Amino acid sequence: MYHPGVIGVLFDGLAYGSLLFLVSLGLSVQMGLMNFVNLAHGAFAMAGGYVCALAATRLGVPFLAALPLAFLAASLAGALLERLLYRRLYGASALDQVLFSIGLTLMSIAAATRLFGASQQPVRLPELLRGQLHFAGADFGIYRMFLIAVVAALTAALALLVGRTRFGAQLRAAVDDARVARGMGIDVDRVFTLAFALGSGLAGLGGALGIEVLGLDPTFPLKYMVYFLLVVVVGGAGTLAGPLVAAAILGVCDVAAKYYLPQLGAFAIYAVMVALLIAFPAGILGRRA
Amino acid sequence: MSRAPALPSGRWHAAEAIPWLLAIACFFLFPGYRVLASHVFIAALFALSLDLVLGYAGILTLGHAAFFGLGAYTAGLLAAHGWGEPFSGLALAAAVAALGGLAVSFLVVRGTDLARLMVTLGVGLLLYEAANRAAWLTGGVDGLSGVAMGKLFGVFPFDLFGNAAYAYTLAVLFALFVFTRRVAASPFGLSLRAIRENRARMPALGAPVERRLVAAFTLGAAIAGVAGALLAQTTQFVGLDTLAFHRSADVLVMLVLGGAGRLYGALVGTAVFMVAQDRLAGIDPVYWQFWLGLLLVAIVFVARGGILGAADALRRRLRR
Amino acid sequence: MTPALRTEHLTRRFGALEALGDVSLAIASGARHALIGPNGAGKTTLVNLLAGSLAPSAGEVYLAGERITPLAQYRRVKRGLVRTFQVSSLFGGLTVLESVVLAILEREGRAALWRRPVARCTVEIDEAMALLGELRLADDAGRRASALAYGRQRLLEIALALASRPRVLLLDEPAAGIPAAQSAEVFRAIAALPAAVTVLFIEHDMELVFRFAERITVLAGGRVLAEGAPEEIARDRAVREVYLGTADA
Repeated sequence: MYHPGVIGVLFDGLAYGSLLFLVSLGLSVQMGLMNFVNLAHGAFAMAGGYVCALAATRLGVPFLAALPLAFLAASLAGALLERLLYRRLYGASALDQVLFSIGLTLMSIAAATRLFGASQQPVRLPELLRGQLHFAGADFGIYRMFLIAVVAALTAALALLVGRTRFGAQLRAAVDDARVARGMGIDVDRVFTLAFALGSGLAGLGGALGIEVLGLDPTFPLKYMVYFLLVVVVGGAGTLAGPLVAAAILGVCDVAAKYYLPQLGAFAIYAVMVALLIAFPAGILGRRA
Repeated sequence: MSRAPALPSGRWHAAEAIPWLLAIACFFLFPGYRVLASHVFIAALFALSLDLVLGYAGILTLGHAAFFGLGAYTAGLLAAHGWGEPFSGLALAAAVAALGGLAVSFLVVRGTDLARLMVTLGVGLLLYEAANRAAWLTGGVDGLSGVAMGKLFGVFPFDLFGNAAYAYTLAVLFALFVFTRRVAASPFGLSLRAIRENRARMPALGAPVERRLVAAFTLGAAIAGVAGALLAQTTQFVGLDTLAFHRSADVLVMLVLGGAGRLYGALVGTAVFMVAQDRLAGIDPVYWQFWLGLLLVAIVFVARGGILGAADALRRRLRR
Repeated sequence: MTPALRTEHLTRRFGALEALGDVSLAIASGARHALIGPNGAGKTTLVNLLAGSLAPSAGEVYLAGERITPLAQYRRVKRGLVRTFQVSSLFGGLTVLESVVLAILEREGRAALWRRPVARCTVEIDEAMALLGELRLADDAGRRASALAYGRQRLLEIALALASRPRVLLLDEPAAGIPAAQSAEVFRAIAALPAAVTVLFIEHDMELVFRFAERITVLAGGRVLAEGAPEEIARDRAVREVYLGTADA
């Protein structure tokens, strides 16, 4: 069996983790800012993935040009659903939010199956991003390097957006205390919609970038739901750094388990998950008091 | 002193005979559906166990199938290894599931809704993968076969037409329904409702909230284990899907559809769900999934309290 | 005589903010003791620390001489330390009678019974109806707590506390948010408590404070500003400056 070595595992794990991080960011904002347990977040990632795949196969749009389309489509869907449905459940019980978002997930799975079939979607990467680089005794997939670079750049941009812009200041104020923020004259509803759209868009971009790594079929939202939730719960909602670290740990653990303990399969990652949840009970949902 | 108004009395209302008489009548009216009916009774018992946990105690769980599966594998393994007596199998399945529930409950009772959701989800997935990997014990993806059941009371064999299964599952469902009904009307049931309504207030009454929730969660797990055991015994097979996430999600939908926190909600919701699934999923499983999703969204936005909740609201409006 | 309730250097910080600092109090057994102070003085924080719903950053709490600092809230209730809430905290979906019966069953340690229906707990029901009668809530016994008018909810809040048979009762603004006529009714119920019950109450209405309190502790900025008999507090210059002068202007 092909074995990438320790460095290779770390590298693949980081690439995988950066994808998880990209998709989970929106969920982190929803759970931290709106207190919304959105189990349907993966559906937005899937939507982005399908836009990218179909734009490439049916319209002949090149992969790199299809990525922004995936972002736009997913953020549009996010904004629309936030205005129409999500918004009404911000104060609702966790049960209502869970039921609603599971319902949305099931509908998205059924719709995707009906429209695009149950099979995996192919993706054609540009020549530039294919192949491997070999140095320091290990192979590095060029596409995975591209992934890490894109997510690193986006994270830096987001840090600037949150730290330096007016929207970022409003977002931080709203995360801290929505009531106070409203009192200060911030249009919190608008901030919510924008944040939701941005998070959904990033998820869509993650879904598109992830076709090569995670695959894309209609069961995507359920298959990866736990991973996204875990990144947020372990990392703490409403921050940038927490989920980043959590996603990296999770990505490396998952890849390492697949290489070193293939007989355990997904068991290993679920065991890590339960262990993490036991080690960091309730308080891990890092809303600052 | 004025007279005390009504309190939960556990007294039977005449109308409560209807669903049970209906269940008996179905045996004769629809002889071709006895197997389906026994599955409905099993699912109803499973939903009832969730009602205790979610409807009464207010514990949000996405992994209730873990205990269903534990019970199913316990009963299945017993029978596959020569212990085919059904009732003792049920009792042991309940005990194993209760033990599992007790262990998980300590992780569940402390946390917030989100932590509970993650822990139950995680434990459910973990058990599923464990059963999947431990193929030497469970048969893995092929399922556990060779489940050889003994006769009921040593007399009635489990037949292909589901005659014995019908009577057996209905009787167990009824017995545990009576038990659950009694618990619901008791001081313990009242204290669970109070915890659901306002958990933070309960310690100020001197109530050990966590202990109560541990008890409720364990009891719910035990009953779910019995439901799983019934499925294993009547189908003489245990598949991985007894532990699957979709089973946890389905039972949640059945309960919420009928109306959580009211005992008959579990029965009504299950019956409607299972019959609809049998009709619609047969035609097109993808459509079924879509309508199920839409149904969930609709319940949240327009029909809180499910079918029985809506019926109550209608009755109140008519009376006015 | 051992004070019914005593604190030593009780302190609670929230991050950098010290909500309560170094509070040492002694409440005499059977006293009617008022806790007053401007908004943000730390009164509710103190009640939370005493009741055990909040853990102190430092300091100790003693109930009748016994150190109870590490005890969970429900264990303190079992020892007779009972509180009410400033904003009514009730079981909205339960009826008034169900709520009170539950409180009585909890006091007796019988609330985990599952074999007998609630309706057959006749001793507890009779006691609950008697208590509701004293508080003039008997007519509402069958209504859901959430359906009561706010003033009646305040009475139910007190009924729940009394059902626990407190030895020390902490009342956090028992008459908050209700008209004066009804607040008199609330305080009438409190005044009718057995003399052996120690009462510590937070109240903003100075007229009620001076009518009911035998001793008063004034908190300001998380610290004890003054303590004494009502007439001493009324004369205290620091109190007049910091509190009475500003709050009741």
